[in-house]
Amino acid sequence: MSERLRRDLSPRKLSRRKLIATGLTAAAGVAGLGVAARIAQRYGLIPPDHGGIYGLGETLTYASQRLLTRHSLAREFPRSMISKPPFANEIPPLNDAFKRLQGGGFADWRLSVDGMVARPASFSLDQLKSYPSRSQITMLQCEEGWSYIAEWNGVPLSQILQAVEVHPQARYVVYFSIDPDWWESIDMADALHPQTFLVYGMNGDELPVGSGGPLRLRVPRQVGYKSVKFITHLTVTDSLKGFGKGLGSASPEGGYAWYAGI
Amino acid sequence: MSDSACIPSAASAVPDTVPATTDTPRHSALVRVTHWITTLCFFALLVSGAEIVVSHPRFYWGETGNDLTPTLFKLPIPASRALVPTGYGYVLPDQNGWSRYLHFQAAWIVIFVGLLYVISGWFTGHFQKNLLPGKSDLSWRAFSTAIASRLRFERPNAADACSYNLLQRLSYLFVIFVLFPLVIWTGLAMSPAFVSAFPATVNVLGGQQSARTLHFFVSLALVLFLLVHVGMVWLAGFWSRMRAMITGRAGTYKERT
Repeated sequence: MSERLRRDLSPRKLSRRKLIATGLTAAAGVAGLGVAARIAQRYGLIPPDHGGIYGLGETLTYASQRLLTRHSLAREFPRSMISKPPFANEIPPLNDAFKRLQGGGFADWRLSVDGMVARPASFSLDQLKSYPSRSQITMLQCEEGWSYIAEWNGVPLSQILQAVEVHPQARYVVYFSIDPDWWESIDMADALHPQTFLVYGMNGDELPVGSGGPLRLRVPRQVGYKSVKFITHLTVTDSLKGFGKGLGSASPEGGYAWYAGI
Repeated sequence: MSDSACIPSAASAVPDTVPATTDTPRHSALVRVTHWITTLCFFALLVSGAEIVVSHPRFYWGETGNDLTPTLFKLPIPASRALVPTGYGYVLPDQNGWSRYLHFQAAWIVIFVGLLYVISGWFTGHFQKNLLPGKSDLSWRAFSTAIASRLRFERPNAADACSYNLLQRLSYLFVIFVLFPLVIWTGLAMSPAFVSAFPATVNVLGGQQSARTLHFFVSLALVLFLLVHVGMVWLAGFWSRMRAMITGRAGTYKERT
């Protein structure tokens, strides 16, 4: 063995003091992480897809953005910046249930709301439109990279949640498309956010089927796949464990992050 | 070049038979560890970033851009989305799910490692000692000499094995304090949640699509740096420099008993 190599391997640098100091630092670090995890859990900073090898990055992203953006508003744009012609991305083939409702001019379209609410309800489109209509000119950006700006008309989700009287312990709103493979969920910070809309109109017209008509959710502080099209059902809950594989939505089951603020 | 450790004070006159006299490593442990973690993260970011670009290999300037709007430029590659017209008859498989997970995870790690490097580098004098050019180097003459010797592909002299030359110092400083902050900034400027809290970060760049395009170009600059960096390491003696960055010791290795 060379002299140099032997010197490398000898523990001459590892004094007892250093060992104790390193041990204490490591113990403090582990304890600190434990406390941080408890606090994060307490304040709802852990995403449902926190397990697995990407859990660290997901948790850091969700926790930091939730702390930074709890009340911040998505950028709104002047009318002159609305994208013309409006862009509509690909949608999966629409099922028979949808076509039946479409044949009836969506007169029988219903949005049912249940779960941790005092008064479960089912809303027709006309009933949703009877609430004061709001509009926002915001950007929809897809995780793929493209984007467009449109004016979205609808009713803030918070209004509907208020109407059905959400229990105070509610933590998430799970929402379902008429396509059974397509469901998502958001936390209450996003559900009660003033720009989270149940959208039935676009650019001053009815919401076209290609853009999710007759009813889609708009979550403008997250990328496009959280703005699920053809919404028929909302469930308010305090835990996402009972839904699908318990990862929060269909996206993590397909390999995509539950939280999509980035 | 001899097998030797670095003797900073007499770097240019290292005798052939000098034993390893100093315990000061060529690169400190912190520099070595942060260097290799950053390397790993960089490759993760590069691969996942390329996968994400493949889903929409079109670039725009301004706030918005999609298949219906004119591009700034397009990459001549097939896309992983059938909707993007690329002129190729086939569609690549969708890899964006894990790519996005990996991209953001690696970004977080590189930010923590980068902060550790910058803060400790500040307090240990690493930047002042190893990266900021000396006063005598800050002249056009020194600069042009350095460029000329690089263009002649001169092998680095003994002094270069023990400290960074002028061009190295300047390019490392540029990467650490300009390109890395820029790539983080342009990345965050694409996040709809982040810009809802800090709208100026995207507005001053000219819009979300501008941020995406700039992110792409800064990444290209980092890849260019990587290629030149590895090329120079190769020129200077790949294994000895690798060993210096792994074990901390400079010089070529020779078994001595």
